[in-house]
Order: sequence, then structure tokens, then C-alpha cells
Amino acid sequence: MKQYFALNGQIFYWTLLAPFRGQPFKVAEVFHQMVLIGVRALPMAALTSFSIGLTLAMQAAAQLRKMGVLNFVPDLVSVSLLRELGPLLIAVIVIGRSGSAVTAELGTMKVSEEIEALEVMAINPVRFLVVPRVLAMLVMLPVLTVFGDCVGMVGGWSICHFALDFNTATYIVRSVTRADAWDLYSGIVKSFVFAWLIITIACHMGLRVEGGAEGVGHATTGSVVWSLLIMLIANALLTAVFFFS
Amino acid sequence: MSPTDQSTPIIEITDIVREFHGRRVLNGISFKVFKGDTMIVMGGSGCGKSTLLRHVIGAMKPTSGSIKLFGEEITTMDEQALSKIRRRFGMLFQSGALLQSLTVGENVALPILEHGKLAPDIVDLMVKMKLEMVGLTGFEHLKPAEISGGMKKRVGLARALALDPELIFSDEPTSGLDPIMTSVVDILTKELTRKLGVTALVVTHDMVSAFRIGTRMIMLGTGPNQGKLIAAGTPEEIRAHPNPEVQQFIKGEADGPVPFKLSKDDYVTRLLGHPRHQKTTLS
Repeated sequence: MKQYFALNGQIFYWTLLAPFRGQPFKVAEVFHQMVLIGVRALPMAALTSFSIGLTLAMQAAAQLRKMGVLNFVPDLVSVSLLRELGPLLIAVIVIGRSGSAVTAELGTMKVSEEIEALEVMAINPVRFLVVPRVLAMLVMLPVLTVFGDCVGMVGGWSICHFALDFNTATYIVRSVTRADAWDLYSGIVKSFVFAWLIITIACHMGLRVEGGAEGVGHATTGSVVWSLLIMLIANALLTAVFFFS
Repeated sequence: MSPTDQSTPIIEITDIVREFHGRRVLNGISFKVFKGDTMIVMGGSGCGKSTLLRHVIGAMKPTSGSIKLFGEEITTMDEQALSKIRRRFGMLFQSGALLQSLTVGENVALPILEHGKLAPDIVDLMVKMKLEMVGLTGFEHLKPAEISGGMKKRVGLARALALDPELIFSDEPTSGLDPIMTSVVDILTKELTRKLGVTALVVTHDMVSAFRIGTRMIMLGTGPNQGKLIAAGTPEEIRAHPNPEVQQFIKGEADGPVPFKLSKDDYVTRLLGHPRHQKTTLS
């Protein structure tokens, strides 16, 4: 725990202070990591969000039809996606896909003495390896979340349009009027917090690996489990703060 | 051959002790390495050679004792001060420890780019020079996964030499190299130390190489002498050393003070089960 907070402190130092003291991080590496962490996750994020939008619309339609208020389906889809399911699902995908990859990569570097080699070359591993990954995650997870929200709404639209005979304009108008800007912003704030938690846990677990391939395996599993757990707790807390207080 | 400078100890180790879970891996080791010296650290497997090296580069802190590099105490140094010292030395890791995500050329360029503000074509030239020194010109664009273990080690050496260090640490520099490349690496080390006054600390098992490049030698003991310095001196003194363990090691004899079968005395007891012997859980 102490080491985790120490890593957080080091990330702050190497991101915010060190560049002004002549020790900048590599901007090109941030973009490289943005591609690895974010861009490559786009197809999976799109597919998941679309299917969840679809499922939400079907479930909402089944229940709302009983009450004769089918026209509320777009409202339900958009609000659920923006507030909860969008940030949560994208975070789950990124934990499984990118968080685990970061832990495995850093862990392998640790056991093959690459991290030690960096330290001996007087290159700080946090500046060289961790900061670009953190910044890439902080940018890409909110971007993926907004993208996932949009694709999810397309999923909802496809049910409403093809099965419930909504016209596209009505679907868009209902979605946009019911969901206000705060619904979108709260989702983005959540995804920003999740991004920080996921990447710091992933890096912390990776840098602490000991004991060869087995250690890398343990750390990767640990990274996924802890990220999921902490992310879900954080989600509950943020929902309570944003919508329940 | 330029004589070594006896007035300036580049490395000064005084009575270092390192304990892991109550077991002394390093037990009161002291030695000095002077400018231009090639100090060879020898010893059987598990005697603490690599642990000693990790202490000297500042990757581990000793339980007690003092380690001075370039006259500065590193055991109490913070990371920032240690970074400054580390820029003055190069380290060749046993596995090469190349960054797998970078090409061979990028690996060698890494310390140059990180610690200097040079024009890209100068950096390029420096990388080519360093790779030429280890006989790997034309391999710049390959990834470490695409070259052999011996080549990785040579790239590791080129990277260690990238900043023209005053001091080089090598962990098994010739293991995994063919006899010709072993000679090349030895000659390179010799030229650096004898002609340019670079100081080297080399951990090795390769006795031919050790006697070819070493100007001073130390040996760490095993068994009852675990982690202790059992011999120190010039290559000639080590060759004539009276300690039978040293003689067994440098001659590479299977049996001697370090027995051929380490557990032969209590073999039967262990096999048939001894009340104090822990049972294995293999079955």
C-alpha cells in the first residue's frame, strides 16, 4: 500500500514538476501508448457498447411496453449508458485488455533485468515507462467512454428503429432532451478516475514482480482483480456523490 | 601498458555484510579497485558474486559496511545523487538486459539521447562506432528478439560503453560467446583499461578470460566460507595461492575442498529419511 502511494507521488513528480527541471518525459512515447492502450481497443469497445445498447433497449422495451410508455426507451438507454454502463463497461474492457498488458509488459521487463538496466543507466523507470502509460490512459479511457456511449446509443437506436418503429429524429431528440450535459460529464469524470486507478494499479503490480514467469502471471491476475474491485467500489462512491446526495 | 594509479581508489568496499532472512550472503568483504585496474571477482555458483555487484552499482543496500564509488559513499545516497554517479559508469548485464521494445541501435543510443543533447546524425555516428567496436555493424535495425544471446551481450557491451564511462561493470561478459568473440571482448576490455585508463570490475567464471584481462583478482568462498573473501591479489599471486579451494577453482577440478558430491556424507540418511531432514512434497 505504501509503495502504491509512493508510486502515485512519483508519477505526480515526473509528470508535473520534473519537466520544468529539465527532465521531460517522452511525448512521442505517450502517443505510442495511446495507440496501444486506446486505439487498438476501439473495435472491442465498439462491439461491447453496441451489444449493451441493443440489450438495454430490448429489456427496456419489454418492461415499458407493459406500462404503455414505449417512447421512454431512448431516455432509459441514453441515461443508463452515459451515467453508468458506458464508463463501467469500457473500464472493464480496458482493464482486461490494456491494464493486464501493461502489468505483463512491465513485469517481464522487471524479471529480465530491463528495469534494473534503466536504473543503472540513470534513467528513472517511472519517467521512462510509467508516465507515458499513465498519460495515455488518462486521455484514452474518457475518449473511449464517449465513443462507447455513442456506439451504445446506436445500438439502442437499431432496436427502436427496426423493432419499435421509432423514427431516427424522434430517437435522437428524446435521447438528447432527457439526458443533460451533467450525465455526460459525470461519466467522463468517472472514466478519468477509473483511468488513474487502472493504470496506477497495473504499473504498481508490474514493477513489483518477483520470481520469473510465475511472478508475471500472478501479478497480471492480481492487477485485473484489484483494478476491477477498486474500480467498482470507486464507481459506487462516485454514483453516490453525483446522484444520491 | 600504463601502470594503474594507486592513489585514487575508484571503488572502495569496506567490510560489507548483507543478510537475507538471517543468512549472510556477503560476510565482511573489503577491497579497493584503483584507476585503470581490471578487478576480477571469482567464486563458485551462489557464492554472492552477483549480489556483490548489485551492491556496488547501488541496486541493493548492504546490511552494514561502506561502498564508495569515485570517493563518494553510495550506501546513504538518495536516488538523485546516485543518478549522477551512475552516469559515470557502464554496466554489462549477464543477459544483456536490452529493452525488447527498442531496436539494437535504439538500445545503444538510449543513454546517449537521455544524457546528452547531441544532433541526431552525431548520435547515429556514435551508435555505429560502438556497434563496430563489438563487431555488430549493420544490425542496428533488428530487435533484440531477432539476434542470438551472444549478440545481445555484445549489444549490451556497446550500450555500456555508449557514454565512454570511466568505470565498467561486467557480469559474466564472456558466457555464451564463441571463443573468437570471447577474445574480442577480452581485447576490448584490455584496450579500454590499459590504453584509456578505464577501470573495470568483472564477475566471471571463465578462468582463461579472467587471467587474460585481470590485473587484480578476488575470490569469494562457498560452504563454510560463504560470502567471505578467501583470496585477493594479482593474477600471479592467485595462481600461486596456497588455499586449496582457490587452486581447485582456477584449475577447474571436480573434487577437492568443494566436494564432488556436496551431500555424500549424509546421502543415506537423507534418502531414507532423517528426523531433522524436511520431507519433500514431490510425491
